[in-house]
Amino acid sequence: MASSASVGVGYETSESPDKGETQWPLWEVFTQKDGGAPHEHAGSVHAPDAEIALQNARDVYGRRGGVVSLWVVPSNFITASPSDQAGPFFDPGAEKIYRHPQFYKIPRGLKGF
Amino acid sequence: MQSAPAASSVSQYAMRLGDDRLVLGHRLSEWCGHGPILEEDIALANIALDLIGQATLFLKLAGETEGKGRSEDDLAYFREAVEYRNIHLVELPKGDYAFTIVRQFLFDVFSYHLLEQLMKSANAEIAGIAAKGFKEVRYHVRHSSEWVLRLGDGTAESHSRAQKALDELWRFSSEMFEADSIDREMAAAGIGADLDALKPKWETVVRDVLTRATLTIPDDPPAMTRGRKGSHTEALGHMLSEMQIVARSHPGAGW
Amino acid sequence: MADTELVATVKFTPPWDDVANFFPPPRIRLEYGPEARTDCVNQQKTDNSETEALNAAFEARIAAGETIEPKDWMPDRYRTQLIRMMSQHAHSEIVGMLPEGNWITRAPSLKRKMVLLAKVQDEAGHGLYIYCGTETLGVDRAELVDQLLTGKAKYSSIFNYPTLSWADMGVIGWFVDGAAIVNQTVLAKASYGPYARAMIRICKEENFHKKQGYEIIATLAKGTPEQKAMAQDAVNRWWWPSLMMLGPSDTDSPNTAELMRWRVKRKTNDELRQRFIDLTVPQAEAVGLTLPDPELRYNPDTQHYDFGPIDWDEFWQVVKGNGPCNRERLQARRDAHENGRWVREAAEAYAAKHSSIPQSSAA
Repeated sequence: MASSASVGVGYETSESPDKGETQWPLWEVFTQKDGGAPHEHAGSVHAPDAEIALQNARDVYGRRGGVVSLWVVPSNFITASPSDQAGPFFDPGAEKIYRHPQFYKIPRGLKGF
Repeated sequence: MQSAPAASSVSQYAMRLGDDRLVLGHRLSEWCGHGPILEEDIALANIALDLIGQATLFLKLAGETEGKGRSEDDLAYFREAVEYRNIHLVELPKGDYAFTIVRQFLFDVFSYHLLEQLMKSANAEIAGIAAKGFKEVRYHVRHSSEWVLRLGDGTAESHSRAQKALDELWRFSSEMFEADSIDREMAAAGIGADLDALKPKWETVVRDVLTRATLTIPDDPPAMTRGRKGSHTEALGHMLSEMQIVARSHPGAGW
Repeated sequence: MADTELVATVKFTPPWDDVANFFPPPRIRLEYGPEARTDCVNQQKTDNSETEALNAAFEARIAAGETIEPKDWMPDRYRTQLIRMMSQHAHSEIVGMLPEGNWITRAPSLKRKMVLLAKVQDEAGHGLYIYCGTETLGVDRAELVDQLLTGKAKYSSIFNYPTLSWADMGVIGWFVDGAAIVNQTVLAKASYGPYARAMIRICKEENFHKKQGYEIIATLAKGTPEQKAMAQDAVNRWWWPSLMMLGPSDTDSPNTAELMRWRVKRKTNDELRQRFIDLTVPQAEAVGLTLPDPELRYNPDTQHYDFGPIDWDEFWQVVKGNGPCNRERLQARRDAHENGRWVREAAEAYAAKHSSIPQSSAA
């Protein structure tokens, strides 16, 4: 199976259209607008690692100013409360913040399932 | 102890600072819409904007100090290549991403140390522009050095491209530190930077990053360049033809 | 080290894992039991009465003005329509960088150079916001990029026209961003949370785009005769494509009614087009430029501008791939993607070597 070339950070995502095709894993960005304020979710960026995620977050969400601090987290590392609007189909990844893509990759060790 | 320098020298000095940044910013802007990933399109545009912004301020100062009524746009759009005062390093065509990043890195480390010194310039305008620019270049050098690491120590292909870029670019780096009479006059007046003092600082940082990037520093003698006197590569003429065409087609018009 | 926590697997579902109790009772209660399913969304397997109940509850939420969030139940059609709409919008922003990017290196003043570069950068950012919003629906950006580059996905037809003079930079900001704004402000209240939030960000940033376009045109229109002629020529070339950009007449637009009910489209194409024309005609008059439509005139009865017929043949030609620049636009994006592949891979290789985060053992 073609790999998303993810190194385990962020999503293990959908079947890649191309062998080794990557847009880098997904990260969530939280910004603080001034001292004393809480960090708030601003959106996402793609990045291969934490340093680039921080730089990308700064460029995308901080370049207009009004941001004094940034947190970046791989999207996959966030655990969310279940949605009370989720409906009866408990997605196995129910505690993730977003939907799982239709195809998800199972690590080799679990192929028996 | 500080002698009053000629206005023309201050003007030339500011023009050099402006031209380096305008030409480099322009080269970076050529990537817009063609970068390797969306996030890098945004990152490079940011750096280009900062550089062109710094250039605008330096060229404005150059025109004012010159006293012939030339604005920053007059200087940018109506000077020939032989009147430009940038170093060769910044005018080379952008090449592939490795070439762009390695070139940017070599310049950013220089600009970091240069602006750090210029923040203490006896010329208040230069000090002010340098202070603003220093905040920006701290981020530029972080971006370019982290990418030098990733390309040098990434895949075999990225390593080979980064090494090739370094092999081409290294010999253009010494021009950053070649002091001429104007540099010495500015330094003596407390206005300009002491390039001799900058060079070892630059070398320490550059060698450290390049080594960690698993790249080999070439052993070439410096390229024969005299950008500060208006002697450029053929690339600059083509770049300026493109940059200046609309402005020159409508002389005297406002935009 | 097992990294199964990073991948969907079959999980033990504790008996207390009843979503209905995690937070206080919602306004609209879905009646269901705590059965767990281990496969991902496959709603064909449900029985019809259950699906009908869920659909009804969903429509009620929409009608009540509620915001749908990524993990909420939604009809699969809502999800696929949103992926289509949002990704098309994102693709348009990215392709839209090219016609304007074409003039960055020739911008005739330092200020204009910086403003244009900042505008194109914003477009990249807007594409990025919307791609990220689309990804919340369960599709990877790599897949979306692939759809664009293989021609499977659409993007706004307007970007298949060439930019031929500096004045085009003004007209694009004035007409194209102007038309987009008319559409976008309503999307800021779209029913899908991530889309609405991306649009709020975009709307805040968009104001300066249209203003700087109109300012360029106004400057040209009161400049030299050559500059004024340049501006008029650009207006003549971009007017009709801009009207077409707002989409075909609603009678030819099959998706409109459903999308409007779902609050992801708020006004019809014809309404948006009329609004755009009504705003723009006085702006053209104010700078002394004419719009290339001899039938354009104010109708005091309707209080709108009447306008001439649009050549929809041209529109469909362009949409089908036969516009002036379709191939060049896609080729430019393909080249950037191909040329950038080694860079993206290098960054991931470096991260694999240096990351302290547990790595996936799967290749």
